[in-house]
Amino acid sequence: MALPRITSPHAHGPNRTQRVMLLVLAAAIPGALAQCWLYGAGTLINLFWASAVALGVEAAALKLRDRPVAFFLRDGSALVTAALLALALPPYAPWWLTLVAVGSAILFGKQLYGGLGQNPFNPAMIGYVVALVSFPVPMTQWPAAHAVGLLDGLQQILGIVTLPDGWARATALDVLKTNRSLTVEELWQNPAFGHFGGMGAEIVNLAFLAGGLFLLHKRLFGWQAPVGMLAGLFVMSLLFWNGSGSDSHGSPLFHLLSGATMLGAFFIVTDPASGATSPRGRLYFGLGVGVLTYVIRAWGGYPDGVAFAVLLMNMAAPTLDYYTRPRTYGHAKTQRGFKAGD
Amino acid sequence: MSTPSLRQLSLDGLWKNNPALVQLLGLCPLLGVSNSAVNALGLGLATMLVLVCSNLAVSLVRGVVTPAVRLPAFVMIIAALTTCIELLTQAYTYELYQVLGIFIPLITTNCVILGRADGFAAKHGPLVAAYDGLAMGLGFALVLLVLGGLRELAGTGALFANMHLLFGPATADWKLTLFDGYDGFLLAILPPGAFIVLGLLIALKNRIDHHLAERRKAAQPAPPTASRRVRVTGVIE
Repeated sequence: MALPRITSPHAHGPNRTQRVMLLVLAAAIPGALAQCWLYGAGTLINLFWASAVALGVEAAALKLRDRPVAFFLRDGSALVTAALLALALPPYAPWWLTLVAVGSAILFGKQLYGGLGQNPFNPAMIGYVVALVSFPVPMTQWPAAHAVGLLDGLQQILGIVTLPDGWARATALDVLKTNRSLTVEELWQNPAFGHFGGMGAEIVNLAFLAGGLFLLHKRLFGWQAPVGMLAGLFVMSLLFWNGSGSDSHGSPLFHLLSGATMLGAFFIVTDPASGATSPRGRLYFGLGVGVLTYVIRAWGGYPDGVAFAVLLMNMAAPTLDYYTRPRTYGHAKTQRGFKAGD
Repeated sequence: MSTPSLRQLSLDGLWKNNPALVQLLGLCPLLGVSNSAVNALGLGLATMLVLVCSNLAVSLVRGVVTPAVRLPAFVMIIAALTTCIELLTQAYTYELYQVLGIFIPLITTNCVILGRADGFAAKHGPLVAAYDGLAMGLGFALVLLVLGGLRELAGTGALFANMHLLFGPATADWKLTLFDGYDGFLLAILPPGAFIVLGLLIALKNRIDHHLAERRKAAQPAPPTASRRVRVTGVIE
């Protein structure tokens, strides 16, 4: 009989999956509140509906897979996926859109691969991309700030009535993408723009940044991945910005505080299951996400590219791990990659 | 090698050794053109026709082709037959020919056809080989049709649109709109949808097989327990 051999130091972490997930949910509260302040109760309705769908789909999938339902539901990972998706989807997205997005996130993004920790892709981003590719129109309808009331919003989500034209408005990233000849003054006069980034989106991004810094302080993840992503985005936007209006692609500050930048940097890129594992690998992973996000925003077909960038880098994560595995103490550095003559 | 019965051949082609669901052969056309029922049916029928004819032809020449050159010879036969089918679709269903595009000439490289030619037709008589081609082709075409139908239904909310491309103008109104005001789940028509739906179909088939195996096991009489020898010494597991 083999006894387990455990050597000192006997360090133990208090981080159970449930605690980690609850902390992530708590850290998302400032961002959620900021979105509620900006867009009205739609975000809140989305959050509740997405959570209900996620729990239902997760329970059904666990039952089909003959896994203990209550045990896995209690770890809270489905709730985190649902919350991140609800914050990423446009508020007042119709109910079936949230259903499809959350359902495919849990089912195709997570459970089909074997559940929590086995998923090669970030489940929330899978759900987001499925919805974005399938239903481009409702996925790009972001409401104007403070424009939609509670009752109207609820009716819009349930599809009972359609809001009058003009409730949805182009975001700052849309404006930048579709106009080539606006000067700086014209840009700042555009109602989509705020002080630095998108109108209101800058506040939301700062709120997500605050939540992310809280998680970093709690040491739920290293600094490598978020800093890598922000640095990649910053450097790219600095290189390709000519300091003027919409003929180049916006200032570094604008890119850091618009779209899903901060949500992505602190809540998506830091996913331990689908990202790279070594610290250096995480830095490269984040850098890749940042650069790709900028590439898609500037030259791609979609106004924001965080989701696609994350999925692309998820595919690259095993390769990053292969090349960045640290040297084992006392051993020579291993030769990696193709050698001449192979 | 003993000649398998017709029943066995049909069962193999349609279910037990289905080229699309079990052997996973010919995935390129299977995933490439299954975005609507009419495309799927068109390519399925063409593949089936080539498969029957190539099995028959390969079986007829199996005595004179030496093993060393058999594969090039079989591919030449298949390519010739595919060209005939291509010219036929061009002549009679030109619009469908344009929709299916490169996938009709690609039937030549469909692994199902060469696989059956080398694995079955080269070892059996012409009639049995032709029947095997029919069963395998039917199995392939049916999976293609189901896949195309499901993807079309999920993607557009309708079924059998544009059937006139295949069967002439009389069938132009075959289109069944099942959901009115359906937004269209675009992903199902795009390439990822093909992989997802095929995966679900394979899972369904395995589930049914599993269920049938359980039932068969349950139906067998349990061995009488009284006669079992009770072990009193040695290792107890």
